[in-house]
This record gives sequence, structure tokens and C-alpha cells, in this order.
Amino acid sequence: MKGLLDHRLLVVTGKGGVGKTTVAAAIGLAASRRGRRTMVAEVARRTDVAGVLDAAHAGGGAAEREIAPGLFHLSVDPERAMAEYLRDQLPPAAAGVLNRSRVFGLLAAATPGLRELLTVGKLWELAQLDRRTPGADPYDLVIVDAPATGHGVAVLNAPQAFAGAAHSGPVARQARIIQATLSDPDVTAIVAVARAEQLAVTETLALQDALRESLGAELDAIVVNALEPDRFTPAEARRLATHDPHPAIERALAAHARARRQRAQLARLTRGTGHRPLRLHAHALATPDLHALADELAPQLP
Amino acid sequence: MNLEGKRVIVVAGSGGVGKTTTSAALALGLAARGRRVAVVTIDPARRLATALGLEELGNEPRRVQGADVAGELYAMQLDAKRTFDELIERLAPDERAAEDVLGNRIYRELSGAMTGSQEFTAVAKLYELHRDERFDVLVLDTPPSRNALDFLEAPDRLTGFLDGRALSALLAPTGLAARIVGRGTGVAFSLLGRITGIDLLDDLSVFFRSLSGLIDGFRRRAAGVKALLGDRATTFVLVTSPEREPVEEAIFFHGRLRDAGMPFGGLVVNRVHAPPEAEPDGIRAELAPSLGERLAGKVAETTADVAVLARRDAEAIERLRRELGVERPVVVPLLDEDVCDLEGLALLRRHLMGAGA
Repeated sequence: MKGLLDHRLLVVTGKGGVGKTTVAAAIGLAASRRGRRTMVAEVARRTDVAGVLDAAHAGGGAAEREIAPGLFHLSVDPERAMAEYLRDQLPPAAAGVLNRSRVFGLLAAATPGLRELLTVGKLWELAQLDRRTPGADPYDLVIVDAPATGHGVAVLNAPQAFAGAAHSGPVARQARIIQATLSDPDVTAIVAVARAEQLAVTETLALQDALRESLGAELDAIVVNALEPDRFTPAEARRLATHDPHPAIERALAAHARARRQRAQLARLTRGTGHRPLRLHAHALATPDLHALADELAPQLP
Repeated sequence: MNLEGKRVIVVAGSGGVGKTTTSAALALGLAARGRRVAVVTIDPARRLATALGLEELGNEPRRVQGADVAGELYAMQLDAKRTFDELIERLAPDERAAEDVLGNRIYRELSGAMTGSQEFTAVAKLYELHRDERFDVLVLDTPPSRNALDFLEAPDRLTGFLDGRALSALLAPTGLAARIVGRGTGVAFSLLGRITGIDLLDDLSVFFRSLSGLIDGFRRRAAGVKALLGDRATTFVLVTSPEREPVEEAIFFHGRLRDAGMPFGGLVVNRVHAPPEAEPDGIRAELAPSLGERLAGKVAETTADVAVLARRDAEAIERLRRELGVERPVVVPLLDEDVCDLEGLALLRRHLMGAGA
């Protein structure tokens, strides 16, 4: 089977609040350590990846920038992607006319789904060996920090929806090419990030169904983030439960109960997907150190 | 948190911080005080429906039975697509104009894919419910959009492009556009045709033309929604957990509220760890005689973990206090169980609004 980092495009998605951005950045760090020239791209006006890695780099992000050796970052901006697309498709003077045209700007803003298509189009461009951006070097791997689950599927779906709506013409053709890239399992892999909680697991299973239904795609890997330490054996837990009341023991028993619930949800996720999830513990404690997460993740990457 | 006299409570925050359950608990608390409350949620997992003892939540508020309250509690789950369709039906001057939009291929295929459509429909629904005399208070659980801008800009988003002069250019048949609105637009249109293909351009033109009858209605509705969001009887409650990303998001959103002149009604910090009362070393020494060194050591490790998290949480709350200028945020401790029924909501409500609520 093809290794996860051997794809060209890695789409990382998951329910809000599960640490998707951190995990995307940690995968990127692990890939760049292996010598892959790696891009971590964020969408929807986010610039969090840079901030997770280095607070000094937070904000900005509209241009491709190296934030660690071999690790690059970009926050995809649809307006900028539009300008680039026009420059690529039209003679310079004509592109200028459109970029300055108010009517065109209004029409572009009002066309449903166009922003999403342009966003995905830019991601596709980043993943090309022969890039359209003049003078731009290719990446070995492009990791997408996609929007939260429901919306993530919508973004992935945008090219297909647009190709359907536009029927024919250059945009429809372009959308179909992008669509083919996204649905080629040799090129694109989809990673779901979850926590071992009931709701997050339920959403991951729903994401799996939605991907199959709308894109015919499968999840390639699942990362379970923020697992708590499972310290106590059942016998130890029983011993604690029969001990005289003590606040520290209550805390230990509460932690044990949480760890048990997490293990049960992990088992449910494994059953429901047939995947053995990658496990991350470092995030459970306070502010995550990205290097520690990458250390934990690297040996588990399929 | 002072919610007295508020008619609309918008609950905002990033995904995964307990926004939906907080909204439901607030609604339950207000209903307990004798108000007639409707909570509008966008909870896709239907967890709220289960917690409220409802089979399913519809796109219209449904009375929650079994909540032992002096007032009345209603709940609904927003269906963005349906709300959008209904809005078009309501704003269209006649049935035919509505059908033109609803049957349009661009509308059908792409309206769901549009960023911000959920936000727009949420505020549109809010506007409608606020005129409904069955309810004293509305609690809106906002969509889990990362970007607060999407929500605050929702009223402008759909009407921005309906700017009169530009739209008339779009509505004119393509060939005439150049002569009617000048050469620049004509060139833009023909270039656009080269980029998009003529089919798409024609379809878009039909789409915008079919929308044209609804423009005034849309504009009036957007103005009404905007006024409602800025009204004195409206307030925004921010919800966060003590983790880094949601905290930054809450600070960012608060800044946006201030800039937009929107009313800020309070801050809720969920899942806060209480600091342990003793040091891990002391606990180990104290428990070793009865538990043995090994097990006492493990118990002490658990306390050490909690101490780390409690420190992080205290720092996060301090930062929020400073940045938001909130003297006393509502701090909800990490609960042992997920909130999954009315009893759980009642417990959360007591944390949010005090025992007497």
C-alpha cells in the first residue's frame, strides 16, 4: 500500500475543536523532516498553522513562505487565486481589465460556489509538479488544513458541483480536471482527525459515509488526538474505588473513567472504519508542542 | 452575565467548545424563570434533540415536554436549504418569480455550496422568529464557522452584490450589455465568457434575472436583520474552552463585535480544571502507606496532570479577562459526563445562571 506521505495532496479534516490544524501541521513537520518539500495550506481565511509552529509567524500568510526547514505555509485567498487564474488564462492586458472591473468583481462574488472552486483550484495548482505560478518550485506534498467536517466535504465537492452546473466551457473543463485529481486515490489522501469522544466519533463515521456517497472516496487515515493516559489496571481501579475518600483518589478515578470512555470510543471508531487510528497523547496536556506531536506521529505514519 | 430584558441571545464561539449545550442550558434557565423561550440550533448530530427528549427537531420550533419549567421551552434545528427556499418564497412578489429561482439550475446545484449561506439563513430565521408572539426570548446557537465575520457579515453578504447599477448590467442580455452600460463592462463580459464558457454565463444571467424581483425584499430583510442584531434587546454571549485556539477565536470575535458596535453580554468558559488542593509529592507520601508506592505514584501523576491543565486554564481565563474586559466570566468546571439529557442540561444551567435560576 502507498504510504500516506507518498501522495501529492493530503486533505486533513475533522470536527471543529479536535485539533485539526495542529495535527495537519504536525504531519507537515514529520514529512519535512523526512526530506519532503512540504506545503501546509489553510483555507477560509485562517492563518493558524504558522501560529502553531511559531507565534512570530502568525498572521499574514497570503504568500508561500518557509516556516521551518522544508516546511512551507500558505493561507489560500480566493480573491488572490482568482487574479492568478485570470493571469494564467488570459493575455496580461485582458486579465488586468477583468481584475479591475467592478462588474466582474460583483459577479464573481455573487456566483454561488465560485470561492470554493477557486480555493480548491489553488490547492490543485500547489500540488502540480509543473506549477502554473511563474517561477514557483513544486512541492513533494501539499497538506490541506480543510474546514470542519461538514464544510470540508462541501469544499471537496465544489469542483464536482461546479462542473455539473456549468456543463461545458473552460471552467467546467477545469473543474473536471481538479475533480479527477481529488478523486484519484494515488494522488489524494483524506485524513480525518477526531477525538475519542462520542460526538467526534459519530461525525467521523458520518464523514466516511458522506465521502463515499458524494465523492466515491475513502478515508486513508484517522488520527485520534488528545488521548488521556490510561494509567490504572482494572484491579488498581477497584482498589482505588474501595479506598477511603480522598480528593486525589477521586481525581484518579475520574481520569480513569475518562480514559475508559476514550478507549470505548476508540474501539467504536476502529470498528466503524476498519482503520487502526493513529494515536496522539501529547495534546491532552496543556499547550501542544508541535515537535513533540511530530515525534509521536512519525513512527505511526502508514 | 446579565440577560435580563434581552429578547435575542446569540451564542457564538468556535466549534467544539460546547456552544450547542450552552445555548440549550441558557434557554432552559430562562424558561425556568418563566419566560417563553425558543432555542435555535444548527447541531448536525441531533444530540440536542436527544438531550431535550425530542425524537427529532424540525425546521419550526417544537415545544419541549418534560422540562419542568415555569415558562415554555421550544427548540428547532435549522435546515439551511429549506430556510433559504422558504425565504425565497416569502420574498418573491409572486409564485412564478419564486419558482423561477427555486427551479434555477445554478440555485439548485450551488446554493448549498456557498460560504455563509448557513449564517445568512440562521439570521433570517432569527428575524422571523423574533416577530413571532409565541416567544419572549430567542437563543441562537450560531453555526460552527471558524470565522465570526461570516456571521456578522451575513446580512450584507447576499445584498452586497444586489447593488442597483451593477446588477442592471448583469441583468441586461449579454449582447446589449455593452451598449447599455458602456464599453468597459462589455469587454469584461466578453472576457468573462472566454473564462467561464458561454453556457455558464447565460445560466448565471438567468439566475440573476430571476432574483431581480426579490431584490427589494432581500434588502429590506437584510436591513431588518442588521437592526435586530444591533438592538439593545439583543446580546452576544461568547463561549470558549480554555484551549489556545478557541481562546484566540473568542478574543478575535469580541474585537469584531466591538468594531461593529454589537452588544456583548457575557463570556462562558467551559471545561475548566480546578487546581488540586495538594502537591503530587505530598499525595504520594500520604497515600503510599495504604496504596503502596506504585499505585500512590500513579495517583500522584494524575494530580500532576490536572495541575498542569489547571494552570493553563487559569492563564487562559486571566488572558480573556484582560482582553475582553470581563471582570467575572462564567466558569463551568469540566463535568464528569457529557451532557446528554435534560438532567445534564439542568446541571449545566445551574453552573451558568446560579442555583436559583
